[in-house]
Amino acid sequence: MSVQAPNAERQIWIYTQMLRIREFEERVKRTFTEHPGVIRGHTHLADGAEASIVGSLCHFRHGDAALATYRCHGYPLALGSDPKAMMAEIYGRADGLCKGLGGSMHLTDVKHGFLGTSGIVGAGIPHAAGAAWAAQIRKKSEVVFSFFGDGASKQGAFHETLNIASLWKLPVIFVMENNGYNVVTTSEQEDANAANGEPLAVKAKAYSMPGVTVDGTDPLAVYAAVGTAIERARAGAGPTLVESKVYRLSAHGNIIAPPGVPLHYPEHEAITVFGKREEYEAALRGDPVPRFRATLVKSGVVNASKADELGTQAAKEMEAAVAFALDSPFPKLESALDNIYA
Amino acid sequence: MAQLPFIAAIDAGIHQEMRRDSSVLYFGQNLATTENHEFVAAYGHDRVRVTPISETAEIGIAIGAAMAGLRPVVELYMAEFLLVAMDQVVNEGPRFRYMSGGQVKVPLVLKAGFGFACGWAGQHTGSLTAMFMGVPGLKVVVPSTAADAKGLMATAIRDDNPVLYLHHYLLTLEPGEVPDGEHLVPFGKAAIRRSGGDLTIVATGWMVQRSLAAAKKLAEEGIQGEVIDPRTVAPLDLETILKSVAKTGRLLLVDQAPRHATVTGIIAGEVAEHGFSSLKAPIVQVTARDATVPYSQPLEAYVIPDEDRIVAAARKVLEWRR
Repeated sequence: MSVQAPNAERQIWIYTQMLRIREFEERVKRTFTEHPGVIRGHTHLADGAEASIVGSLCHFRHGDAALATYRCHGYPLALGSDPKAMMAEIYGRADGLCKGLGGSMHLTDVKHGFLGTSGIVGAGIPHAAGAAWAAQIRKKSEVVFSFFGDGASKQGAFHETLNIASLWKLPVIFVMENNGYNVVTTSEQEDANAANGEPLAVKAKAYSMPGVTVDGTDPLAVYAAVGTAIERARAGAGPTLVESKVYRLSAHGNIIAPPGVPLHYPEHEAITVFGKREEYEAALRGDPVPRFRATLVKSGVVNASKADELGTQAAKEMEAAVAFALDSPFPKLESALDNIYA
Repeated sequence: MAQLPFIAAIDAGIHQEMRRDSSVLYFGQNLATTENHEFVAAYGHDRVRVTPISETAEIGIAIGAAMAGLRPVVELYMAEFLLVAMDQVVNEGPRFRYMSGGQVKVPLVLKAGFGFACGWAGQHTGSLTAMFMGVPGLKVVVPSTAADAKGLMATAIRDDNPVLYLHHYLLTLEPGEVPDGEHLVPFGKAAIRRSGGDLTIVATGWMVQRSLAAAKKLAEEGIQGEVIDPRTVAPLDLETILKSVAKTGRLLLVDQAPRHATVTGIIAGEVAEHGFSSLKAPIVQVTARDATVPYSQPLEAYVIPDEDRIVAAARKVLEWRR
């Protein structure tokens, strides 16, 4: 099976979504300095993973589902969620996607196929398999995308689920975004495969499913790898583990400070913990967003002014999302007692 | 009405719902390993599956399938196995409806036996009910009769929320009259198993039987105990308990769990707050002694509340003078 490259229109769509995710995350980040106190708790950004997210979800069809983790701002943007409602959720407002009950770590948009996000590492992986069981029973060739990080592959939930998913040939694609760090622990410090110089995708071998490693900063490479996995899943042949190698361009999450001290994003752990500034700067030089722009301009899919225009549009859209979210009222107090039971 | 053992009544409840609703799934370990397994034969492998020993994945898969529109029933066998997957039971399934602002429903049933105090020693005998009763979003059901075993299972499957269905292992073969045909028992409605005006006794699971036996003994002394079985502890029917306490003025609570891990501790707190003016004596709890359940038979019997301890405690409540 070989997956055809996306046409020019789809490539522009991919670039547009990457820009939107980047702009959204920049706005989240800036909120900490421009509107201190508006975002509470912990937020985790997707900057650096845009190519992986969009390259994967470019294959999403109506009826499919996607589930992810607490680092969940990117997926719903690519799936069609309203960034205004997303930002309002992150600001804890009444117009939020989840009515202010979930926040940054638990964005959910069922209408757009974004079924759920668990804040517990690895815990959402079996949920995706469950949704895939439902898809298998429906027999409409629908698939489920399960997004998680490299850290999750050390959880029992990962191993138990990959075993069952392969055993039952569930139509699920396990997309492991390997950003090389579990918070401040490097893969080599916690993963036997990594420590022995092997890709994390070899874990698939233990569960008799294909395991592939792909450059997650190249949306077309991700598109091809995930596409092959999806063809397999839609054909009823079972799951695939796709290890998508990315580099997060922000720290794991914002610094959690005591009340009164503004929360903010520190520098990446490569710098603050390991003193490896060059590693981080190399990642910045390989930033997937400008890189894909260069690819598209070079191949003539867009010209520079069109690319600029897309960037301006994304910036405007996310600026409007911030304004909308700031204007949105807090939810009514009694709403804290709604939606506990169905 | 048919005489059925408790375990068959549970199955009857699952069958009742699987027949009427094709979205109901039933799966777990060592279940459905042959084609002539009764559930496989009736509903097929799409809906009935054997799983590996992977509680986290089993329950997690149930949550995902529920969010995607199905109604899974997970056979966990023993309540202790829930502990292997505590995150999924407590911090995943019951949270998703809330955190999504009501966008998803998570209708699933986790079926697990508990309290197997017959030589199963320290790790398969726990009475863990109270551990789960304070989780917003989770319902907890504790049937004590065969009829309720069927009716509460059916209601649990129809409920749109995660339901923990805890059946007491020592009741497994206990026979009882079970209604034929469709039978549903509502959640949050306690059953008064025996009426009486002198003293209210509240118990769940197997302790209902022991409380009824104790009440019989007390009746021989002219003391009329009213035995209440809450049947579901989340939601908890405090109204029936408070009404009974208003009548008797005395409350004895019986629980198979260690003293600080009981359902009855919660009930005691609620009655102390909302029924204080009715009380003629302090609330008394008869619980397991604070020990891991021992293997040796006389030691096991010593740790678990029995009829004699219930009767003695009842006398204490009745004899209390200011």
